[in-house]
Parts: sequence; structure tokens; C-alpha cells
Amino acid sequence: MSNANEQMAARYKNNFLKEIEEQAEMGEWVKMCMQCGVCSGSCPTNFHPGWDHPPQEIFMMIRAGKREEVLTSNSMWMCTSCYNCYVRCPRKLPITHIMHGIAEYAYRLGVAPKFQPTLHLSQTFWNNCTKTGRVNEVKLTQSLYFKDGFMAGIKKGLEMKDVALGLVKAKRLNIMEALGGGHKCKDIKGIQAMLAKAKELEAKRKAAKAAA
Amino acid sequence: MAAEKKHAAYICSGCGLGERLDIAALEAAAKKEGKMQVVKTHAFLCSAEGVAMIRNDIDNDGVTHVAICACSRRAKTEAFNFPTTAISRGNLREGVIWVRPDTDEARETTQEMAEDYVRMACAEVKAMTQPSGNPNTGMNKTLLVVGGGMSGMTSALEAAKAGYKVVLVEKTGALGGWAAKLYKRVPTREPFKAPQDNGVADLVAQIEADANIKVYLNSTLAKTAGAPGRFKVDIAMESGPTVTEDIGAIVQATGFSLYDANKLPHLGYGKSPHVVDQAGLEELARAANGGVMKRADGKEVKSVVFVQCAGQRDATGEHLSYCSGYCCNTSVKQAMYFKDANPDVDCVVLYTDLRTPGNGEDFYRSAQNKGVIFSKGVVSEVVPGGNACTVKFHDLILDDKAAQIEADLVVLATGVVPNSGVNIDAVPAAPAEATEGAAPVVEEKPISILNLDYRQGPDIPQFKFGFTDSHFICFPYETRRTAIYTAGPVRRPMDIAQAQEDATGAAMKAIQAMENAGLGKAAHPRAGDLSFPTARLEGCTQCKRCTVECPFGAIDEDEKRFPLFNESRCRRCGTCMGACPVRVISFENYSVNTVGAQIKAVNIPDEFSEKPRILILACENDAYPALDMAAMNRNEYSAFVRAIPVRCLGSVNTIWITDALNSGYDGVMLMGCKHGEEYQCHFVKGSELGRYRLSKVGDTLKNMNLEAERVFDLEVAITDIDTLPRKINDYAAKIQEIGMSPFKGF
Amino acid sequence: MARKEYAFYPGCSSQKGASASNYLTSVESMCKTLDIKITEIPDWNCCGASISYAEAGELPRHVMNARNFALAESNLPGQDIVATCAACWLGARESKERLEHNSGLMADTQEALKEAGLNIKAIPEIKHMVEVLIEDLGYDELKKPVKKPLAGMKFAGYVGCQTNRPFGIHGESFENPVYLDKLIETVGGEAVPYDQKVTCCGGALAFSEPDKAQAQIKDIIESAYDNGAEMLVTPCPLCQANTEVYQGQINKKYGTKFNMPVLYYSQLMVLAYGGSAKEAALPGNVIRARKLEEFAGK
Repeated sequence: MSNANEQMAARYKNNFLKEIEEQAEMGEWVKMCMQCGVCSGSCPTNFHPGWDHPPQEIFMMIRAGKREEVLTSNSMWMCTSCYNCYVRCPRKLPITHIMHGIAEYAYRLGVAPKFQPTLHLSQTFWNNCTKTGRVNEVKLTQSLYFKDGFMAGIKKGLEMKDVALGLVKAKRLNIMEALGGGHKCKDIKGIQAMLAKAKELEAKRKAAKAAA
Repeated sequence: MAAEKKHAAYICSGCGLGERLDIAALEAAAKKEGKMQVVKTHAFLCSAEGVAMIRNDIDNDGVTHVAICACSRRAKTEAFNFPTTAISRGNLREGVIWVRPDTDEARETTQEMAEDYVRMACAEVKAMTQPSGNPNTGMNKTLLVVGGGMSGMTSALEAAKAGYKVVLVEKTGALGGWAAKLYKRVPTREPFKAPQDNGVADLVAQIEADANIKVYLNSTLAKTAGAPGRFKVDIAMESGPTVTEDIGAIVQATGFSLYDANKLPHLGYGKSPHVVDQAGLEELARAANGGVMKRADGKEVKSVVFVQCAGQRDATGEHLSYCSGYCCNTSVKQAMYFKDANPDVDCVVLYTDLRTPGNGEDFYRSAQNKGVIFSKGVVSEVVPGGNACTVKFHDLILDDKAAQIEADLVVLATGVVPNSGVNIDAVPAAPAEATEGAAPVVEEKPISILNLDYRQGPDIPQFKFGFTDSHFICFPYETRRTAIYTAGPVRRPMDIAQAQEDATGAAMKAIQAMENAGLGKAAHPRAGDLSFPTARLEGCTQCKRCTVECPFGAIDEDEKRFPLFNESRCRRCGTCMGACPVRVISFENYSVNTVGAQIKAVNIPDEFSEKPRILILACENDAYPALDMAAMNRNEYSAFVRAIPVRCLGSVNTIWITDALNSGYDGVMLMGCKHGEEYQCHFVKGSELGRYRLSKVGDTLKNMNLEAERVFDLEVAITDIDTLPRKINDYAAKIQEIGMSPFKGF
Repeated sequence: MARKEYAFYPGCSSQKGASASNYLTSVESMCKTLDIKITEIPDWNCCGASISYAEAGELPRHVMNARNFALAESNLPGQDIVATCAACWLGARESKERLEHNSGLMADTQEALKEAGLNIKAIPEIKHMVEVLIEDLGYDELKKPVKKPLAGMKFAGYVGCQTNRPFGIHGESFENPVYLDKLIETVGGEAVPYDQKVTCCGGALAFSEPDKAQAQIKDIIESAYDNGAEMLVTPCPLCQANTEVYQGQINKKYGTKFNMPVLYYSQLMVLAYGGSAKEAALPGNVIRARKLEEFAGK
């Protein structure tokens, strides 16, 4: 357990629901869930076997104070952002955002599952797009292939070579991007300063809530 | 009552009747077979002009009996209201033209139907007398309230506010009941976020200040005799004399007791002082009085587990099978006692379903905000330890069967048992065989609450689980003892807010019953009815069917063992009349004759006409309205049926069926309410008794050499608007399949 | 002057040489025919997409979108923003909604924008290109320039998720949106009914959970085939890529013989408006739409 995690656990000792309400994006909606299960039934079918707990169960676990089980769960990381649960929820819970919010919080505390591929994708994507202000698709792909090490990356690259080749032929994959070419914003410096400030403000806001 | 009888028929040709029917032929039927002295047709009979025409004939032409041949008896009742005149209604609109197609092929059978209904209305009114009211009225208007808890105090205050005298009898030395033991109660006001004052002191002060209310503390009822409007009640005081009060009506609000937690040793009760029931927790809360909560040993409670459904909602049959209706909210409230005093106390509520309906949902959320943890689980065992208890449970969220929590204190939500007195219908149980080693079973004798001086027994009949009986859906306060109402948790499990609403409703019903009793009128469901049963004693064989069957305990026996009617206890269902084998019981406006004459008035076509006749005897509370509503929806049904409303299936005398079959009817449909455990009968037992009686009709059919299907018993609810016409048609088809009755033309 | 002008937010995938470059090409050609002027927001940046949620947190994501709002507002005043990518549109609209409803979040955003020398006065309206077509122009206007109806061709309109949920197009049902079918019919094609119209393709999880995502994609393509479609049509770059480029892998894994071209609605419109295969960016399809290439050549 990380230090940040221990601090928060102690801060919100016997009230995990409040912790989620204050620290996770859209967490204040969790208490509205009426356990109908429409969210679970609406999630893309092929993601079901990957869940530890469907969304309504996650919400109930939050209310039941099952902190560790929730935060270390892989369930939130299965979200494809399809928003099916979101539009169907009879209580209008923004479930997609709540799932993202809980996942982000677990990651922030350092208790998210290790080697979670979607977490890795999220990190890689954000780092990639904020580096120059725009996504570098070649580098993104490369870092995703090579996340498990050099040999695994080569293997994955070979598996995917037909896909890549197709895109190159169709002029939809510019290998020059790998060499530092490609698209970027002009005001990279401004973007990075702006994002640094945003991170700082967000951390301050969440800390203030925890301190209140 | 007018000495001379003069009969008149009024036929309406409005609402399409004139276009669809041959009115002249209807007039002829009323004159010729109906033998009406006056027959008039009006194009809009329920208009002021039409009504004035009838009024004028009554006032100036000596008309005493009126057959109105227009719409259903359930329509235009305010227009056709002539209190001193006997009225019958021929149902030509809902009963004929609205259920028949407007086609050339149908015209003949539709006309036959209408003419029969005209003849039936004429025959009925000729057999009727306009009732003049029960002479044995009691004029007392004092309400007796039994029980001084929240329900009882509320009934007393509501009746007093409406201007009635109240006698309030309380068994203990103080008013307040359960609520007085509560440190605080579940909130009743916006924003429904925190427990509030239990409200007892305020109600007690109001009662003490009210000159209309006389309170007897430490008192019980030694005897309750008499009838609505003239009860005599002996009140026995613990230390002192017995006082007799004259009473008009009674509200019984005797509440509940907690289910005995000693029956739950597996949950640690009795093994440790740190396992308490909800009442025990209230005691601790009152001791803490807003400060930190402490256990019996004086230690501050740092963790508490609430066990919901302890000994209730139990499927094994060992404990209560039902829900208390309040203890989820109570646990929410009790958890707040801890959180409000010290937010660091760990409060866990273990539940299977959290039932906090209505504003309870806000209260529940408020508890979540205060940090109370609600977790789904079924507790299997509470193991008291030296300092803390271990709660073992099946975690239903994670399906962990071996979950457990430690807690300084465990609170059991144990459920309720009604204080309803003696179960008068109980079959004495055979003495249980002594099992080896087991302690001898001591049978607890329940103590009567009302000590009614009725031949049916000393208390109100009970329904499931010992709660007092009432018509659950339509008439919740109404018991089977006229002018005695039950309110609050003695009637069904409920919380304080519901009990107070219940108590208000029961007080209003009791006032209505007293007022009606004074006027000689019936109470629900024939509220205002002036008719009452009389028996021609010279024909009576003293068989006691009527005294036994009366669902309301209205009939006693006199010294010569003849039936003795308590008219003001009677609800006018006619079950006695249906039961009487020698047909000596009748009402002035409803008798074996009024129905029998209608049955005979129907024209029976001969065997070769291919026109069967099917008699429908339809309960006026559900089946007949359902027929009317089917008509409003223009749901068509067979032209071969002739429907007669009856007060209750219980009032159906088998002679009607025998006569109908003898005179050539091809089938008889009986339509009554659902009976049994989930009864819908407005007279509680009427439809059940009627059905039992009519189940013997098979022998009659056999003797007549008729098919069993010629009599068909159908359960009908008021909502069967679409299915009922279909069932009628199915039956008509069945009759045609069986063939025409051989009894025609005799 | 064009009849409509918009601040154009192409997004990272719709750039030259990027994975949806054919979308960009066909949209530009389509807008030219319809007399819509789209001007790229100067120095626009990535929206962050849905997938960045874990690393980005809340405020940085909104700040990224806010920067685009500020740039559009100051450089292209009075113009609505139009996005072609479903994720860009959704991300931008979500940020607009949150910022407008949460003054604290807005204040923090302004403070962060200050670091890049920017600020927001009023956030412009944010539209997806299909909203521009359907709501601002209308089907009748779209039909007028049709010279070569795509008669006799059967398409499965694959709406997918993010143009449909949570905001939706033109107030249509989330369960059965019909705008794409109507667009297909507007250009003379036949829209086949099939049951996977709004099924998720897996989105970004096609990278991180490929087996699960490909199972979804298989269901979509299979249903389109089963209902007689010859081609899939989409309004979203990620839907397009996911349903197109993994067909080979799905064939290997499941033994299927999928080879269904996946087009953008804009490509169909360009062809119906008489554009060439190149203008419609048909060479940009990994699975070549031979039937359409022949059609364009006629």
C-alpha cells in the first residue's frame, strides 16, 4: 500500500462513500444508484468476463465500505467509454464518468492493478499527446507494442505487421513520425505550462477537500 | 307507508335507446306482463323535466312503486332519488344496447333482452317495500379508544377535534405506548435528515387539555356489551371500582410487542449484555441523552453492528415470516444516535433489503452522509467475546460466506407481534408430545382485550399472524364487528407515521358508524342503507344457520332459541337470507321474492327456438360494476343472459337456482368476489359462505338429471372488464354445446 | 462568401498521413460542394479523448479542450466549432458543459489558460460534422447536389457510440438512431437494418484488450453481412479504423472470411456528388471498396 493511499484511508477512516464523493470525479452520484443493474446489462457483452464486479455492484461496495476491493478491482478499467450505461441509467447517473473517476483515483493512490493494459494505454496516450499537443500515432503504437519489453514488442509488431502495412499503403500511417517528424502544436511550451498549472490546481482542490 | 299501492314504469328513450329498441313494445310489456298501472316514456328521463314527471306522479298521482327502465342502477342515482318510494331499475343501456351490436341480425335478440329487463324491473318493484329504517337505534355518540399509544392518542384527539366525546382506556400507568420509550423518532418533516423528538409529550398535553377526552389509566375492559350506538363497556381499574361507560363506537389501538429476542440465542441475545434489541438500544440512548453512547458496562461504544431482519422475514418457519415495516428506518435512526454523538464510531447495518420507503429514502441517504455503512449480508451467528462480539455473516455483495466483523455492541431488529387478544377462530391445538429432555411447553393464554359479550367470542376476528382482520384493499379499518375499528400496528405492521394516519382514518370511520347507527342506517359497505333483516319466526325451524353464518356476529338467539337480530350490528349483506333453508328471512327491499319474481318474469322461448336463457346472479360490489364498465367500453356479450345484481354471493338462496332450472333456464352463472386468504369480498366471509352453500347444488342437478355445467361459479374482480364478457360468451357457447334444457314449457 | 462558416477542429487522426486522413480529404471535398467553409482552428491541440482519463485527471482534460475554445473564439470569432471526429466532438462538448455548469472548474481553467496567454469569454457552440449537415443544412439541401445516386448498393450504417451517446444527433433515440441511414438514403443507397448498429467496437480498448474488442467487431461485421450489407458506413474515425483494420486478424482467429470495406459517410457523399475516387479518398481504404471505385470511374 502506498503512502498516499494510507493517508487517504486514515483521513476517511470509516467513510469510503465520502472519500469517493470528494476525491473521485462524479463520485457524488454513487449514492443515487438504486441497484437496478441496467448498467451491467448494457455494458458491451464481451467485456463481462473481464469484470470482477459490474458497475452497480461497485456502487454498492462503495456504500458498504469495501475500500480495498473497489480500488484494486480491474472492473473500472474495462470501460470502453461507449456510454451505454450512462444513457440508460434510470437515475441518470453518469456511470461512464464515475467509472473513469474511480479508476483515476485508484491510480492516483497507486493501488490500481499492476500491469493493467488499459491503464498503461491511458498513461501512454496522455503522455504522447501532451508532449507536442497532438497525438503521434506511430510513437503511440510503438510504445504500446513495446510495453512488455523489446522481444514482446517485436513479436507484437510482427503479429500486427499486416495491419500496419495496410495503413502505410493507404497513406494512413506515416512512418516518418517515428523519427520525430509529424504533427505538433506550435506553442508546446504554453501547453505544457498550462497543463502543469492544471495539475497543480487539481491536486490543491482535492487536498482541500480531504483537509476540510 | 301508503296503504294503496300504485305501480308505475318509466321508460327512457334517450342515450340511443329509442333508436335501438322498439319502445312501444317495451311499454306494452310493462303494461301487459308487468301489470303497471302507469307507463310513461320520456326522451330524456334523467333530465330535470323527466325527474319532475316522476316526482309529480309520486306526489300527486299516488304512485308508490316505480320501475325506471333506463340505465344501470349504478348510474344517475342522484337524479332518480325518491327516498319514500320503492324503486327498481331496468338496465336497458349498460345491460342491453351497449353490449349488443347495432346490426339487423342482432335486433330481435336485443329487443327480447330489453323486454325481459322491463318485465324484471316491474316484477321486482312489485315485490319490494320501501324500508323505513331500524327502530332499535342507539343514540350514544361517545367514542371508546382502547390503547393510549400513538395510534390511540391520535384517534382520541381527532375524534375530540371533530366534536365527539372520547373515553381513552390505557392498560399501563402512562400514555405514550412504545413511542414514549423512544429517545427520538424517525423524522416526519423536511428535510428528513435527523431523528426528531418522539412527540409523545405534546400529544399527552393536548389530551390532558381536551375536555372532550376522559382518560382511564391502569385500566382494562372487563366487558363490552350491546351494539353500535349503544355499547355498554365495563372498565376495570387496577386499584378501584369498575365503571360502566355508554359508548357509540370503538377504536382498538392496542399496538404490538417486540418479538421475543430470547428466541434468538444464536444471535447472542441473553448470552451477553452487549447484544440488545431495538428497545434495549433506545434505553441506552435515553441514558446517553445525546452524549456518547455507552454499553451496559459503562464502556463507550466505538463500533456497533445492526442486524436487520433478526427473527423476522424468516423463511424457515421458525420465526416471524413477515416484516415489521419500520425497523430499517429505526436502525438508520439508531445508527445516527452514535454518529451524531461521535462521527468516529463505526456503524455497520447488515441488511438483505433496506426498506425505507417514501421520505425514509432521504433519511437513509442522510445516514450514508453521516458515514453509516450499509452492507448486504445475512447474519448467521453473533459470538459474544470478552469485550467485543463477533458477528459472522454471509456477505451478499462479495458472496463471502465466512465474513465477520467485531463490534462493541450488536443491535437486533427483531420485528413485531400484534396485541390482538384472543384468537376466536383458533382450533385448540392437540397437546404436543413431550420430547425427551425438552422443557415442558407452557401454553401462554392470550388475554382478551375487548371482552365482547358476543356469542362469536370476546375479541375481533384475526387474519394472518394474529393481526386483526380487515378488508385489506378497500376498507382497511373495518373489522367484522360493526362500529369496532382497529388502527395501528395491531392491524398490520407499520411505523408511527402510518399508525397516526391509520388512527385518524379509523376515528373518522367510527364517527360515521355512530352517526349511521343513530339514524338506523347501515355502516359500510352499504352505508346509509335503511333496510334490515327480519325473520318470519312462525316458519323458523331454529336450525341456527343464520346465527352461525352471519359474518358480523349480528344475530344472537333469544330465550326460545329463535334468531335475535342486532340490526345495528348488521351490514345488510343478506348472508342470513341466503342461508335460511326455509326462506323466512328477508329485507323489505331485498328478499327471496324480489329476486325470485325477476327470475320468473323472464320470457323463456321454447326448446326449438335455439335461444337459451342464462341467469347471471352478480355481486353488486364487483361483478355488476364490472359488467357496467364492460358495457361502457362496448365490450359485447351474449344476448341470452339476464343479469340480476345480488348484495353478496352469500345472499344467494339455492331456491333461486332450483327455480330457474325448473322453469327452463339453460344455465346459471354466479359471479362473486375472491374468497379465502386473499379475499376481496366486501362482507369478508360472504362469498366464501355462499360458495360453500352453492357447492351442494350438484345434488339438485343430479336429481333433475341435468348436467353439472348448468351452474357455473365464476370469481370476478371489478377490474375484469375485458375478460368478463369473454367468459360470458364462452359459457354461452358451452351451454349451446350441451343443448337446451329439457325443462322448458312446464 | 460561403453560405456557412465554421471553425474546424479536425483532430489528431484527421491530419495528413494520419489514420483518418481519408476522412479529412473527403470532408474537404464534400464541404466544397455544399459551399461550407471550414477554417482550421490555428494551432489546435488534442482533446485528450476518453482514454486519457486515468493519467490526465479532470482539470487537465478540460484545459486541453478549453485551449481550443479560446483559440477558436479569438481567431474565428462568431463561428461554431465543427469536429469530424466523434471523440473530439464528445470531449469538447463534455468540457463545454462541465465548465459552463461549474464556476469553480471554470475559474481554475482560466487560471491554467493564463499560462498559455489565453482566456475564454464565451465558449462557442460545438458541433459534429453530421449535425452541420442534418441540423444546419437539412436532408433536402444535401440531396440537391446529388448527380450520381448510389443506386443498388447496400450499406450498413454503423453509428457506434460516441456520436450517439451521451449527446446524440438531432435528438434521435440512443437505441435506434436513424440519421446515418437517412444520409445513406439521401445519396441513393440502401440502408440495411441490422442489430449491431450502436454496438461498441471496443474503442481505445482495441489496443489494450484486443481479444475482447475484436469479438465485438466480429459481431458487428457478421451482422452487417448477415443482413445483406456490402459495406459499412461510419461517422467516427476510431470506429472506422477498428472495424476495418482488424478484419484480417479476426479472420485468422475465427476462421471467418471478412473483407468488408468501411467508408465514411463523407466518402459516399462525395461520390454521389460526382466526385472522383481520389476526391472521395477511396485509395485511403485499407480494404478497397472496389464497387465504389468502379462506380467513381463510370
